[in-house]
Amino acid sequence: MAKAKLMDYDKALELFEPVLGFEVHVELSTKTKMFSAAPNNFGSEPNTNITPTCLGLPGSLPVVNEEAVRYSISLGLALDCEIAESSSFARKNYFYPDLAKNYQISQFDEPIAINGNVEVELPNGRVFQIDIERAHMEEDAGKLTHVGGSTGRIQGAEYSLVDYNRAGVPLVEIVTRMIEGAEHDAPELAKAYVATIRDIVLALGISDAKMERGNLRCDANVSLRPRGSDKLGTRTETKNVNSLRSVERAVRYEIQRQAQILADGGTIIQETRHWHEDTGATSAGRPKSDADDYRYFPEPDLLPVVPDPALIEDLRAALPEKPAERRRRLKADWGFTDLEFQDVVNSGLLNEITETVAAGATPQAARKWWTGEIARLANAAEGDAGIDITPAQVAELQQLVNEGTLTDRLARQVLEAVAAGEGSPRKIVETKGLAVVSDDGALIAAIDEALSAQPDVLEKIKDGKVQAAGAVIGAVMKAMQGKADAARVRELVLERAAAL
Amino acid sequence: MSDISAEQVRHLANLARIDLSDAEIATMTTELGQIMEAVASVQAVATPDVPATSHPIPLKNVYRPDVVADVIPTDKALASAPEHDGSRFKVSAILGEEQ
Amino acid sequence: MSDLIHKTAAQLAEMLAAGTTTSVEITQAHLDRIAAVDGDLNAFLHVNAAVSLEAAKASDARRAAGAPLSPLDGVPIAIKDVLVTTDMPSTSGSKILEGWMSPYDATVVTKVREAGLVPLGKTNMDEFAMGSSTEHSAYGPTRNPWDLDRIPGGSGGGSAAAVAAFEAPLALGSDTGGSIRQPAHITGTVGVKPTYGGVSRYGAIALASSFDQIGPVTRTVMDSALLHDVIKGHDVHDSTSLKDEWPSFAEAAKNANVKGLKIGVIEQLDGEGFQPGVLARFHESLELLKANGAEIVNVSLPSLEHAVAAYYLILPAEASSNLAKFDSVRFGLRVQPEGGGTVEQVMSATREAGFGAEVKRRIILGTYALSAGYYDAYYGSAQKVRTLVQRDFADAFSKVDVLASPTAPTTAWKLGEQLDDPVAMWRGDIATIPANMAGIPGISVPAGLADEDGLPVGIQFLAPAREDARLYNVGAALETLLEQKWGHTLLSQAPELKGGAL
Repeated sequence: MAKAKLMDYDKALELFEPVLGFEVHVELSTKTKMFSAAPNNFGSEPNTNITPTCLGLPGSLPVVNEEAVRYSISLGLALDCEIAESSSFARKNYFYPDLAKNYQISQFDEPIAINGNVEVELPNGRVFQIDIERAHMEEDAGKLTHVGGSTGRIQGAEYSLVDYNRAGVPLVEIVTRMIEGAEHDAPELAKAYVATIRDIVLALGISDAKMERGNLRCDANVSLRPRGSDKLGTRTETKNVNSLRSVERAVRYEIQRQAQILADGGTIIQETRHWHEDTGATSAGRPKSDADDYRYFPEPDLLPVVPDPALIEDLRAALPEKPAERRRRLKADWGFTDLEFQDVVNSGLLNEITETVAAGATPQAARKWWTGEIARLANAAEGDAGIDITPAQVAELQQLVNEGTLTDRLARQVLEAVAAGEGSPRKIVETKGLAVVSDDGALIAAIDEALSAQPDVLEKIKDGKVQAAGAVIGAVMKAMQGKADAARVRELVLERAAAL
Repeated sequence: MSDISAEQVRHLANLARIDLSDAEIATMTTELGQIMEAVASVQAVATPDVPATSHPIPLKNVYRPDVVADVIPTDKALASAPEHDGSRFKVSAILGEEQ
Repeated sequence: MSDLIHKTAAQLAEMLAAGTTTSVEITQAHLDRIAAVDGDLNAFLHVNAAVSLEAAKASDARRAAGAPLSPLDGVPIAIKDVLVTTDMPSTSGSKILEGWMSPYDATVVTKVREAGLVPLGKTNMDEFAMGSSTEHSAYGPTRNPWDLDRIPGGSGGGSAAAVAAFEAPLALGSDTGGSIRQPAHITGTVGVKPTYGGVSRYGAIALASSFDQIGPVTRTVMDSALLHDVIKGHDVHDSTSLKDEWPSFAEAAKNANVKGLKIGVIEQLDGEGFQPGVLARFHESLELLKANGAEIVNVSLPSLEHAVAAYYLILPAEASSNLAKFDSVRFGLRVQPEGGGTVEQVMSATREAGFGAEVKRRIILGTYALSAGYYDAYYGSAQKVRTLVQRDFADAFSKVDVLASPTAPTTAWKLGEQLDDPVAMWRGDIATIPANMAGIPGISVPAGLADEDGLPVGIQFLAPAREDARLYNVGAALETLLEQKWGHTLLSQAPELKGGAL
């Protein structure tokens, strides 16, 4: 696929104002599906989490999962939405092999939540209010695997295989109103918005929110308005954006692509576009047309959702702190610089650091471990297996450093062992004998040996050239296999040199 | 109102995924016109002040607890499939894009 | 031939309780009858004697052990093919589901099994219950036991014919616009459409979800009541099923007393468009009820004029969506277009080959009624008419206890007679459709034979939602009065089927 001609981003912004809109799908982490009692599990063997309803078998019927309704109301409330007094389900009719009934049960003219607002903070500190038009409940589709052809993509495939495990998993679709005024920050805003939604659903505990697993999916609408014009441009809807970074890149790409087309006198086609992580480009999908006649009508098999006001108030009272408020509070509590705090936020480490601090570490120490060594280990870990280090373990590690049991260097070694699942830091220190050698006798023996091996150095130290001690310290640390406190070694070297 | 063209019927057949023959489209165009004429009277009485009824018996908040049930084993699910690979349903190549 | 087949379900239950027969004997007698006459009738799409006898044996064993499961334990029953069953194919009368074995039982089937009844087989029907004659079955028409050249009504012609021809004492049907009541009228049997939500729809292959209701098909009102008592009640798998505590319908049928009962005659269904013989029997029945203490008044339901039109918009709309699942991916027929094709083409070719003309017609009509730009004019308007029909009924039931009308405008017509005029056939549903529009219960009870053709005529009673018991009371009362007057049952007047003698 040829990469489209792209206009320089700054130039594009000079000529056009980007207008954005987002549809974020959140998969809810209920035990069972939206309308059937099948397990809602990721990663099961194909077609094991299925009931007659998931397969759309003749005679099967949907029944609403009460927990999914609660989750949806909580999410609506967290988005500052009004919860509809009465909301209802509708059928969206279209044929596709991953859609068992060939209609999707969704909400159409009566969504459960409307008119909300989300505060989004950009990495540069700019705070943006995004209006939410609606959040509605619906069901996910099954999963297709395209076989044959070279790419594993739909084009050129010989046949496709369908797994209905995901069919019917509860979704909430969050639709924003048109977002204007983002200007240069449009790509960063896109990323920050999705990150905020992720933080909200994680704080609510209603979704695993893993973008790489499709728990959280973002369709980004982008259009450009020529400067000085009040007429909206034609928009495209980019799908298949599977990471926060991709959201940002895809929006930037669409702005540059559309700007080039418009500058060349072309027109934007209203269409779905697909983001390709590998090439960093979008490609044209289906044009929006008359064929998109979904023939919505009220779902006769399901009844209206009329939440008890008391339930809404209970759920409202149980809402966690809003991500923006929480961030403000944590930044003040921790005393981080803007840069340090943004780094933590952008790395999605707020929870880890909060818990590490709660377990006894200082905020700075917690930050240092999570954004430094642990991030490095995680990056090095293969696949998405990730690494398993708990905040409590990090706090314990820092405690060992504070006690003088570990040097930073030894602590890193211990951390690696923790990541490898070898146990708690304290246990690893014991079993591996990784503690700092604090026995001065052993150190002095090593120092004496090093000094006698380097008589010239000894002389220099005696002459007051203290910096010469470095060579001896190095030799001692080597002899101790790093398990010594360099500062103590230095003290002892100077003492011994003076005494000899 | 009920002037229905063959082209429209062809479009409806496409939406409904039925590969109607030309003869069927011709017949159905005539029939559909007649039927729509016969049912057009509903518009006369459906004034704006009348609310729509979609469920014969009004109920609300009918829910299921979030508890696993009704799962059918994979082999039983695949048993009636026209084609499968042992764990998944198999279909011909898909023309359209991902939805 | 054994006389066991001429007994009602209630009588068979008594005989089983008294130990004068066994479920195996009863089941075998009905299987023999099916073998003898169903070649002529084509009421059954599937019969499996071994499976039925197995269930009968189990029933006899329970009884021997002193533990029958219900009053109807051991009594055979025929099941309309719209209901899914794990041990018999379920096709809903369509080629697209030929041979399909469901991995689960419909809730009513489960209830019937749990009550110890013995499934005899699956009965013929118009494809996906679309039709009023059973001529739209992909497996050939069912014939009327009263005249083999005539239709048995529809869509549940198979269940009605099976019961009328003594192939089964009981059957299950489904009623979307009259598919239980109209065949009862046509075949001289009893059919009940319960209150919407009174019986679970789970496992009933959906036609129009907001109209469909499962109900009994029998020869007597009491048998319908007994069967209704087995299948009624809430089902967690059907969101629209009611949680009401239902009274005993058998008790209501036993009551059979119309003294002081206010019966409203629906003006719009008493006159023009109705066959003289149908109206004659209808009025005779009303006179009889009046003579026995009922009060007869006329009521007007002005919106009925538009009910059929609205019904024929809502039904195809819902059906077009319900039938989208038949796409060759997970079950059922798959047709490869010549030279292969994309999945879209395979779906379209399968649906073209697998659906009959009436089904395609209604899917296209429903797709049209729902499509962008037409929704408000058609589907939206029809849903408003539904409100008006409901209001009319609410108004009427504020004045009377039950409503009455002929069940259908005509007696059985000849096979093929109305096939070319779909709109005409739909008009035949004018008396039954309103109950489905409003979700209220209805019963059709034999009222006699039309003078002009000697064919059965039924009378329909309607009650307010949740008041199904009133239907059993009035139905049983009329049945008793008429049989006293005639000195016999209506079905005893049906011609003897030659069956195997041919």
